[in-house]
Amino acid sequence: MVSARKRMLKELMAYEFTAIELNLYLDTHPRDRKALDIYNKTVHILNELKHEYQTRFGPLTNFGFAFSDYPWGWIEEPWPWQINFADRERSEI
Amino acid sequence: MWIYEKKLEYPVKVFNTKNPKLAKAIITQYGGPDGELSASLRYLTQRYTMPTGKSKAILNDIGTEELAHMEIVATLVYNMIKDASIEEIKAAGLEGYYADHDKALYFVNGDGVPWIASYIQSKGDPISDLHEDMAAEQKARSTYEYLLQLSDDPGVSETLSFLRQREIIHYQRFGETLEHIYDYYSKDRYYFMDNAP
Repeated sequence: MVSARKRMLKELMAYEFTAIELNLYLDTHPRDRKALDIYNKTVHILNELKHEYQTRFGPLTNFGFAFSDYPWGWIEEPWPWQINFADRERSEI
Repeated sequence: MWIYEKKLEYPVKVFNTKNPKLAKAIITQYGGPDGELSASLRYLTQRYTMPTGKSKAILNDIGTEELAHMEIVATLVYNMIKDASIEEIKAAGLEGYYADHDKALYFVNGDGVPWIASYIQSKGDPISDLHEDMAAEQKARSTYEYLLQLSDDPGVSETLSFLRQREIIHYQRFGETLEHIYDYYSKDRYYFMDNAP
């Protein structure tokens, strides 16, 4: 079974990848209105997803880009390299 | 300024967590000549002297994405040697690395040669720099193809395929940037307009 956290992370990765790809494309095609429109829509979805993820699992970003509950949530494990998407049954994350 | 996002760019899968033999090959994309450290540092240091907003942006953004790829390669290697026994490390020919680094991540190629700054260049001439960048993307693509031939873990292969595809996209974007730079230099410009977008 895939944990809810991994499922959310995968969704975040998919939308953020869309944003990365469109960002690079827009760097060399700054006047492509259609691409810009998809980019802005993606940012909107991504912001909502990040807010939902951070509410459930703690901050995704440091240095003032996300709020933290008490106690300071940034130090919580797992860190990204500790999450293996091949371990489907591990329940701790 | 950079901020860190506590997630990878791609969901890394490693089925075999006792695979030091494959890890030994893949670590070259961490600290080898055509690896992700070389890529990120090359673009991030070349961006300062790019002549236009567009060329500064593409080097900044691809250089930043390469940092995320460095983290993906590190995650692969970390998870592939995590559970390996001393016997498996010796059988993989990784005992020299183990003696110096245990299972820690270090910037070396597949033969343990440490990363050096002369893997990259920063020439100041945007035409020279962008040609180097395009060549670098192709060399990294070749490396990922050789690694895919060596891979015996379908999860690892999935991640290597993703990284290979990114090299192709980056090559395309650098090519477009090179065209833009050719246009930029072929237009008549006056000294007071040199910083215009």
